[in-house]
Amino acid sequence: MKIPKDSRLRNFHQAKWDEEVIFELSNKGERGILVPEAEPEIQAVVGDGISSLPPNMVRAAPPALPEIGQMRVLKHFLRLSQENLGADLNIDVGQGTCTVKYNPKINEVLASSKKASALHPCQDESTVQGALQIMYELDCFFREISGLDRFTLQCSSGSHAILTMASIVRKHHEMRGEGGRRDEIITTIFSHPSDAAAAAVKGYKIITIYHQPDGLPDIEALKEAVSNRTAGLFITNPEDTGIYNPRIAEFTRIVHQAGGLCGYDQANANGILGITRAREAGFDMCFFNLHKTFGTPHGCGGPASAALGVTSELVEYLPVPLVEYDGTRYFLNYDLPKSIGKVRSFYGAFPVILKAYAWIMSLGGRGLKEVAQVAVLNNNYLLKKITAIKGAASPFKTGKHRIEQVRYSWEDLYKETGITTHQIACRMADFGFHLWSSHHPFIVPQPFSVEPTESYSKAELDEYLDGLRHVAEEARKEPETVMNAPHRSVVHKIDESTFDNPTKWAVTWRAYLKKRGRPPK
Amino acid sequence: MDPKKSFVHPYIPNSVPEVKEMMLREVGVKDADELYEDIPEELRMKRELRLPRPLLSELELKRHVERILAKNTSCEELVSFLGGGCAQHYVPALCDEISHRAEFLTAYAGEPYEDAGRFQALFEYESLMAEILDFDVVNVPTYDWGQAASTSIRMAGRITKRPKVLVADTLSPDRLAVIRNYCQPVLEIELVGHDPKTGLLRLDDLRSRLTPDVAAVYFENPSYLGFIETQGQDIADLAHAKGSLSVVGVDPISLGVLKPPSQYGADIACGDIQGLGNHMYFGGALGGFIATRDEEKFVMEYPSRLFGIARTAAEGEWGFGDVAYSRTSFDGREKGKEFVGTAAALYGISAAVYLSLMGPQGMRDLGRHILQKSRYAVKRLTEIAGVGLRFESSPFKEFVLDFSKTGKSVAEINRSLLAHGLFGGKDLTGEFAELRNCALYCVTEMVTQADIDRLVAALKECLKAGGGER
Repeated sequence: MKIPKDSRLRNFHQAKWDEEVIFELSNKGERGILVPEAEPEIQAVVGDGISSLPPNMVRAAPPALPEIGQMRVLKHFLRLSQENLGADLNIDVGQGTCTVKYNPKINEVLASSKKASALHPCQDESTVQGALQIMYELDCFFREISGLDRFTLQCSSGSHAILTMASIVRKHHEMRGEGGRRDEIITTIFSHPSDAAAAAVKGYKIITIYHQPDGLPDIEALKEAVSNRTAGLFITNPEDTGIYNPRIAEFTRIVHQAGGLCGYDQANANGILGITRAREAGFDMCFFNLHKTFGTPHGCGGPASAALGVTSELVEYLPVPLVEYDGTRYFLNYDLPKSIGKVRSFYGAFPVILKAYAWIMSLGGRGLKEVAQVAVLNNNYLLKKITAIKGAASPFKTGKHRIEQVRYSWEDLYKETGITTHQIACRMADFGFHLWSSHHPFIVPQPFSVEPTESYSKAELDEYLDGLRHVAEEARKEPETVMNAPHRSVVHKIDESTFDNPTKWAVTWRAYLKKRGRPPK
Repeated sequence: MDPKKSFVHPYIPNSVPEVKEMMLREVGVKDADELYEDIPEELRMKRELRLPRPLLSELELKRHVERILAKNTSCEELVSFLGGGCAQHYVPALCDEISHRAEFLTAYAGEPYEDAGRFQALFEYESLMAEILDFDVVNVPTYDWGQAASTSIRMAGRITKRPKVLVADTLSPDRLAVIRNYCQPVLEIELVGHDPKTGLLRLDDLRSRLTPDVAAVYFENPSYLGFIETQGQDIADLAHAKGSLSVVGVDPISLGVLKPPSQYGADIACGDIQGLGNHMYFGGALGGFIATRDEEKFVMEYPSRLFGIARTAAEGEWGFGDVAYSRTSFDGREKGKEFVGTAAALYGISAAVYLSLMGPQGMRDLGRHILQKSRYAVKRLTEIAGVGLRFESSPFKEFVLDFSKTGKSVAEINRSLLAHGLFGGKDLTGEFAELRNCALYCVTEMVTQADIDRLVAALKECLKAGGGER
């Protein structure tokens, strides 16, 4: 479909290299990098090393890794990187729930320091005072941001923090002699899937509260769900709909009255920094994803980190070690006899922690509030404009404001044209955009999730809106273009039929060769 | 900062007052506060967050953070003999070049179309790891070895439907604590003893504990205490005879020279990719892998993303996507296998670059180099009066030195080494009752002969000084 002159849409084409799979680049004998030889004296004293190995443990055939010269390896991965659309390059507002915002380059520079990257976790504490100080101060920042009393930085992601919360809940009830009986965790359908899944890993039965017509979780259903079997409530607020549950303090009160603990999934807290806190809403625990709200990059899916905080009553259960400060020196405290133990080796994803520290230091209290307010303003601006697009809607609480994101629906467009949200997402890629649907199950039909954060200018938001408008219009006028998309992205429609077929799926190149044979050159 | 003055932050383009005004008008409110109408008054913060004064200019921020980091002394400045689950290996320039690429660094969860690059890079990561592990399935990385071991064990529990797992008692307490928490209350963890002389798993103890309720036996190779476990096949045979699985944790950097677990009967292998092109970062740049045979009963138990290769509508074009997505918690919430989410993908991409550069010869050369260095270190260090090698088994890159005959504690020795610019081995006192006054030394390609000779000289000097706490 022709792009009108006044549109901000780009005549985009993503880099497409038709790059080989790396094994196809192998040429026998080529080397990508050389390893130094041990010093002659060492060789003279100990020989080749390998012959000193227990014979039954020596590898007979070398691993069949490819053999490729250095520049070709570089070129290969650079080409793959060009075939990837990072947030630095696009207007990455189409990945709702994930808070894809600007990741300041200065923080990358700081994290690249050898004073960070070349630290071993078991160095003498006197030689890592800077690292410990950053961890300690970040803990203090989060205490203020949440109102809770103590944070651990050990959790490697939001899901991991949920697992850790479930571990603390279990420990808490065990210490009170109720570990066996309290075997249920309550969550809501618009909370992240991991609130259910990671809690289930700790042996809990999951009760999922659904929403009322206004999109809010059903408080009557909660009242019915709680009992002396309730271990806890894990909930987000605002939920994935972007609607803040005004009765949240009542929710936590109901669960407390039943004897349960309340864990606040604040993986995404971007819209409420400095506006409202976990403490006042009655939570015993909360966690923040540093790779979402606190400006650290997502790295294609990690490294990540979640700061998990608790009230003073639960501090003794936190994973060890805690970083402490005695007024002159920082140190690691393992003396928590009732601790759940550990959830990760060592202390946490330090490069992520360092970047989040720098991000907060660049904004301060007023800056964090400005982040929240502008993120919410941007979201409501998009809400107004998107719901004006024919075929798009924002189910629940129509006409009201939302916090940091909205779960929209293309259901009307689908009914009119037969075009699905997945097909629209594929077509958006042709303009250099990403659009995500939603977690499963699709409660909102033909869903799409948009979260603009504070990072994008009004002009960029308008450009993205033009993309949505254009594709919706195309769905009506030339649906084939949308159905067969993408056309100008990296690859064409993928044959997904093999992915669920055990005789055909191939998770590695060697599995592919075994099942499908070597492809022609 | 004057609270009345407008606040335009470089990270927030729409903080420009005129733009904000225009957008507020567009939305139909006077003030951003109106957008929070759903948040009850009593839950609203009445004051500004009390955080340190912001360092608004990039220059001030840089100065501030660098001043704090300057308090650290790194393993680039001193010489490190520390290992135990995180070790200094050489990171090729290309690994940093690629992992710093904005397209990878700032991407997240795009579709296999506009994010084809990350799908392919991580498919290649799986494929390259599969070659060194000699297994046909490898996951997109999870958090770390502890998580990979925990999930491998939980997978074994689901596959066999049995409630107990036997674990070698030579595991690091750190990793064991992670496994224990992750398995409790679903799987019971029972420890299997080791031979006090060799460190090797006691097969008689294993035999007596291998009851029909055992899902798996988990051990590591090389072990946390450095020695190479030579009885891998015996352990696997014993386990298999009782319908249990063999799960083996492995340091992948050893696999240029050491036999991979799949070749001595392992059903599941796991470990960490930190050493493969990733910096140490205070133990913060870890990534866990899990590998198995390509059998449905194994594949369907992975909680992780598994990226597969496929063809597209265009002739000859490769495409990539999620294999058996329905098993994940993204699809099935609590009915999925454990849970999945953001983990350590970027470290997987570094590892893919690393293994592509190293090739088969590079991995072999590196393995040999490390063996030579560690053997030289063992020889020189154990020539020092009172210093002994605690286990007589063959080590790879790490080994336990026993200082109990020197009259000095490891803490005391390490303090003295630090004054010589050396990070001595990790103190095992307190970790294992029998390893009081023992230390775990790690020798990689990063230390030179001169460094080892310096360590020997410094130790001799420190031990000669006599006295000391015990």
